[in-house]
Amino acid sequence: MNVTDASRPLGWMFAAAPLLACVLLLVTGARYARAADSDLDQLMSALAQRKHGHVTFVEKKYLALLDRPVESSGELLYDAPDRLEKKTLKPKPESLVLEGGTVSAQRGRHHYVLDLKQYPQVIPFIESIRATLAGDRAALEQVFKVDFTGSFDHWTLALVPRDPKLAQTVKEIHIEGGKDVIHSVEIREADGDRSLLTIGADVAQ
Amino acid sequence: MTRAGVVATAVWGAFVLVALVIVIFARYTTDLSAFLPRSPTATQRLLVDQLREGIASRLILIGIEGADPGQRARISMNMGRRLRTDPQFVAVNNGEPVGLDRDRQLLFNHRYLLSEAVNPAHFTAQGLRESIQETLDLLASPAGMLVKSLLPRDPTGEMLQIIDQLGSERQPPTVDGAWASRDGKRALMVVQTRAAGSDTDGQERAIEAVRRAFDAAVAEGGGAAGASLEMSGPGVFSVAARATIKQQVTRLSIVSTLLITLLLLWVYRSFRALVLGLIPVVSGALAGIACVALGFGAVHGITLGFGVTLIGESVDYSIYLFIQSQQRTATLWPTIRLGVLTSIVGFASLLPSAFPGLAQLGLFSISGLVAAALVTRYVLPNLLPPKLHIRDLTPLGVRVAAALQRVRTPRALLLSIPILAAIALYAHRGPVWNPELSALSPVSKADQALDAMLRSDIGAPDVSYLVVVSGPSQESVLHTAEGIAPTLDELVDQGVIAGFESPARYLPSSAAQRARQESLPGAADLKANLEKALDGLPLRLERLGPFLHDVEEARKQSFLTRKELQGTSLATGVDALLLNGGARWSALLPLRVPTTVAIDVSRVHSAIAKVALGEGVEAVVLDVKGEVDRLYSSYLSEVIRLSLAGFAGIVLLLLIFLRSPLRVLRVVAPLVLAVLTVAACLVLMGQQLTLLHLIGMLLIVAVGSNYALFFDRRASEAQAGSAPLTLASLVIANAATVVGFGVLGFSSVPILAALGTTVAPGALLALVFSALLAGDFREPADRSAAPAAA
Repeated sequence: MNVTDASRPLGWMFAAAPLLACVLLLVTGARYARAADSDLDQLMSALAQRKHGHVTFVEKKYLALLDRPVESSGELLYDAPDRLEKKTLKPKPESLVLEGGTVSAQRGRHHYVLDLKQYPQVIPFIESIRATLAGDRAALEQVFKVDFTGSFDHWTLALVPRDPKLAQTVKEIHIEGGKDVIHSVEIREADGDRSLLTIGADVAQ
Repeated sequence: MTRAGVVATAVWGAFVLVALVIVIFARYTTDLSAFLPRSPTATQRLLVDQLREGIASRLILIGIEGADPGQRARISMNMGRRLRTDPQFVAVNNGEPVGLDRDRQLLFNHRYLLSEAVNPAHFTAQGLRESIQETLDLLASPAGMLVKSLLPRDPTGEMLQIIDQLGSERQPPTVDGAWASRDGKRALMVVQTRAAGSDTDGQERAIEAVRRAFDAAVAEGGGAAGASLEMSGPGVFSVAARATIKQQVTRLSIVSTLLITLLLLWVYRSFRALVLGLIPVVSGALAGIACVALGFGAVHGITLGFGVTLIGESVDYSIYLFIQSQQRTATLWPTIRLGVLTSIVGFASLLPSAFPGLAQLGLFSISGLVAAALVTRYVLPNLLPPKLHIRDLTPLGVRVAAALQRVRTPRALLLSIPILAAIALYAHRGPVWNPELSALSPVSKADQALDAMLRSDIGAPDVSYLVVVSGPSQESVLHTAEGIAPTLDELVDQGVIAGFESPARYLPSSAAQRARQESLPGAADLKANLEKALDGLPLRLERLGPFLHDVEEARKQSFLTRKELQGTSLATGVDALLLNGGARWSALLPLRVPTTVAIDVSRVHSAIAKVALGEGVEAVVLDVKGEVDRLYSSYLSEVIRLSLAGFAGIVLLLLIFLRSPLRVLRVVAPLVLAVLTVAACLVLMGQQLTLLHLIGMLLIVAVGSNYALFFDRRASEAQAGSAPLTLASLVIANAATVVGFGVLGFSSVPILAALGTTVAPGALLALVFSALLAGDFREPADRSAAPAAA
């Protein structure tokens, strides 16, 4: 008996989307460099230098249902090549870890582990990250239309899912930054709700 | 034929007819009831019910190997489609989201009756505020996507509460739409059969249906090259075990029948004598079955299996008759009579056993041996041809006597055998007896490994520990299950158990549903409370119109019953955990074992014992494997005790008949020596002894006592007939026994091998020891030459 089987993974999947976007960004730099203009080139190689990151974040979700955005905050940890952890401290401690093809989540007494292979609908999405890790830009562009605007000092990346099913939920992922620092990741959902993850200070080691 | 002979033959004919009728109309059972004690405790009855019909007994675990992952998934889905329409299967799971929407719909529509969080406090302003705040927090979390769409109708999070209640079982990963093992090498399915696990025929049909579905799926998929099917589970095991035992018994009995037939043909040189020799055997078997059928109401398969080994002893009677009838038979009958009496006393010790299988075996043996002996004594001589020309075995007897004479060792050496055996048994570290029933399991190591692998791949429930609540009605057991839940929750918090399931989660008692429904406030109150609760929260009352509507509906909603669950996977859950046996209902609450430690059953026991139960309701903690092993080892120790009592009875009987402690010693010593030696050898070879070895030892005593008695009579009575002929008849009878059981020893089925490896060497040793202890065995004429030879 597992009633939520179908809904839960997709939910988690989308929950993990900003993480995926970050991983995507952090690991793809070098390969992008040659193909894009000089600012993107510069940005990607700068990002690619980062092997480890530990920052704070604040995430606000703007939902049509609610008068005010709901807010959560915590820390993000990144280790090259593909481990990313989102450690929420407020309002309730919980953690979400993306590592390889597995998402594991811990909330209160509950611990969930999702093998992304279980869900064929998200496999292309994940596979694209793996392909990108292997230097296969074509695979990334199979999943997203990638649009770079601005300059190296202040840039925006817009990722639009190509898969219509995914696009039914996630309209666009917007990543902003300056030089080799990511400032924010915004996910715009198809129903008009959006979430904005703002990245704060480095956490001292 | 004499007048008496005619009468005897006629009586025998009538007896055979009556016995045949009884045998034909007798009830034969092969289920586990043979293991149920005659006056079982409630726990033992539950245990046997679980083994016979429990959920665990109905699962077939299926693995599909070979081909590529996509093909395997397609085969699995194709099989799923076929098996779901087959009424033989209650549930077919392979990871396809079949009926999931229906399940969710049902849960959502009945969320206020199902959610354990629903109580009056839950709908006060404060209660509402807490649960809505909780939901808003969840909205902020990564799981927010899940609850967003539910918020307007379910702001208090009852749906998620229910999902938490039902628990997320560990499920295998899905590849291409169907479950697959973690190593990605096989597709996985679990089916639950309608047939109980003890219904071996039903299980066999179900297994056949799975196999057919697989073949059809492979064929339809264009013959996925190299795809193969694997199955495991209790039903699969019992079907395979039955087939193996049947096949081995058939093959081994053909081999041993052939060998024994050749041996007897060589001796008798007469087909007629050969056939006549079977008459006591068949008569004995008929008498045995008929008596057990009359005495117990039903004959168990186990009894038949064990009882047939008695042929070993009853075939001896005709051998003694045919061979020794060439001489004066004066000494033959008293000896056989005492032999039969000895066996009767030995087997009578089994009659009071609490293990019905053994009690039946005792009765079978006694009645069978008496019938065989009577038929040999009073009927067979009348049917013998007037001139039965059987081979003159005197030369064989003489040669054997001479051989025995040559190998004669000082008798003192014989004493060293029990001493050595006793030392071996004493020095043996570790238990001599195997207390686990699985020691008798005919399931091969390879099959057990496959089962363990599929089980861990699938994460199939290990229903080894259960809390069983039984009571007079469905409502009473569901209500008690709900009453026990908080106690079990505490045990989860303490880490004693990892979790538990309960049918009341799928189908709450009416009392619980009523209480929940009554805690839902009226529309005006709810609105007022909600207004207060939302003060300062980012959620406005206008958004929650659907919530107000749903709660109002729920106040009028009729209770959830088993009927509404029909067609959902919740029905499967309820049916597996809620059983109705006549006037009694049982709710099963399987306990999940923590990954690191075993369940401390006594802690569960004492926790449950503190829960107040309703009128006529009982709650029992059942440790299935532990309980089975306890039951088995209690049988084992009981049989050991009974056998010792039987042995004492035999000594007493011999004292009465032989009137000489020395002669009793001469009869008993070789048997004890043989049993000790065999036991010591088995233990030294690394075997742990089981119930079957013990039964084998009883047979050694039963068969061997005849040898010892013949030798004893030779040694103590001057007119004891031809020594070489007696010796030859013993050698031939012994050879038949050794061949019959020796062949069994080669079986891969543990119960058959145990009997074979115990009885064959034991019978041989009993003969040799009897001969060595008996004294000089040559004809007086030869004795004068002895000193020169020695």
